[in-house]
Amino acid sequence: MAEVKLMKGNEALAEAAIRAGMQAYFGYPITPQSEVIEYLAAQEPKHDYVLIQAESELAAVNMLYGSGGAGARVMTTTSSPGFSLMQEGVSYMACAEIPCVMVNVVRGGPGLGTVQPSQGDYFQAVKGGGHGDYHVIVLGPNSVQEMVDHIYLAFELADKYRAPTLILADGAIGQMMEKVILPAPIKYEPDKPWATTGKTPDRERNILTSLYIQSEDMEQRNLKLQAKYKVILKNEIRYEEYEIEDAEYIIVAYGLCSRIAKNVVNRARDEGLKLGLFRPISLWPYPWDRIGEIADADRVKFFISVEMNAGQMVEDVKLAVCGKKPVFFFGRLGGIVPTPEETYEAIKEKIG
Amino acid sequence: MLQEMIFAGFGGQGVLSMGTLLAYAAMKEGKDVSWMPSYGPEMRGGTANCIVNISDQPISSPIVSAYDVAVVFNQPSLKKFEQKVKKGGILIWESTTIKEPPSRKDIRIYPIPAIEKASQDLKNVKVMNMLMLGVLLKINAIVKKESVLQALKDTLPERHHHLIPLNKEAIDLGMSLAD
Repeated sequence: MAEVKLMKGNEALAEAAIRAGMQAYFGYPITPQSEVIEYLAAQEPKHDYVLIQAESELAAVNMLYGSGGAGARVMTTTSSPGFSLMQEGVSYMACAEIPCVMVNVVRGGPGLGTVQPSQGDYFQAVKGGGHGDYHVIVLGPNSVQEMVDHIYLAFELADKYRAPTLILADGAIGQMMEKVILPAPIKYEPDKPWATTGKTPDRERNILTSLYIQSEDMEQRNLKLQAKYKVILKNEIRYEEYEIEDAEYIIVAYGLCSRIAKNVVNRARDEGLKLGLFRPISLWPYPWDRIGEIADADRVKFFISVEMNAGQMVEDVKLAVCGKKPVFFFGRLGGIVPTPEETYEAIKEKIG
Repeated sequence: MLQEMIFAGFGGQGVLSMGTLLAYAAMKEGKDVSWMPSYGPEMRGGTANCIVNISDQPISSPIVSAYDVAVVFNQPSLKKFEQKVKKGGILIWESTTIKEPPSRKDIRIYPIPAIEKASQDLKNVKVMNMLMLGVLLKINAIVKKESVLQALKDTLPERHHHLIPLNKEAIDLGMSLAD
């Protein structure tokens, strides 16, 4: 039974995880996402999941590794400095092919930074924050509703590809309240013959490891991962287009910035300016090809990437546009959210 | 129609809950809403605020920098937000404690002694936020009073339901003060 509620992004994602059949949660509180563990702790007596407040993010990510390896539907949530601490485990899980959901409610960095919203962790999320040749699937919600929808999707993708899956939100999406439709709870029944649930007489031992001492074995493991990433690249690209059909100038923005950008597009259209918005929803795999197609259109004059960082996703936009059109950047740093006014001004300045 | 509003005051004065109630009531009336709090370095005794947007259409940006309505409970908030009220917009300010009044001539300004009225007439200073909400609803009928009362019932824990009549009284008093 679907329910309509007014909820904070963090609480909505916690409720969604319960409804999506999460069996274990491990985390360590950190602003701006501590409401997740608070909510899950309050709800725990009514449900079957395991909840552990770990002694650190490093412990939490390794609990995730263990329980995900045992086949459970598992999740952790954290914010920027905490996610940096987890990177070793993320790399291990990518190699050992452990399905799990991770949520980074990003705050301003680098360092301990600020608790205000930021998109400064884009590189870390999509280019691999840990060591080695790996990717995690990355989703970028832009509303409280998508915090919910992406949790369901992230658990599905994690299981389907046996891949750690990351939701890259930000402090504002976590803290704000909006109307949200909560889908009916699902009964999750793991179907994971590879899981380390104890050897039975009818099969070999299941081994999950990220250690392959022989280079030949390590290369084979890498090739297997790369083949999987190719399939993900083919199947799991998601994006939204807004007023793109006749747009001459195109904002590219994800997460909170895409909401601000939509406001700017509406203002521009009221003034007869042909502005459009391209919003990547999957940040890895990134919709490079679609942006490239848009760049081919003669009417398109330039792209501008709007971000809460010093210019990170703009590199993917440049890759996608491949020199066909100019690509600009506008952003604010350190936890400052760009206002629609200043964003619009920056765009008008480029138009000249 | 889109209404962009800010509620600001000291932590503990009930600005966040006032915004929440309004957002909830509007949602129940079928509108799209967003509620964005200031968070982080704020603490009890420090300043707190929330931006509430209510619209018949889907809301794009939950964060805006100019407001149709500002309701402010302390001097720092008045200083910060007076200039951010849109031309022709509404500024409601708490006149018991704010000593330097606003100076703009191009907006509609309402001084309300909410703290004095709540503590003297209602014997409970805590409901001054509801009194201010009453003022706002009278000036600008964003939602129906009944929707706010229903929102109180829906969002308050059962153990606090005995306070609903007092809150209703505060809203009514606020509505009468706006006349």
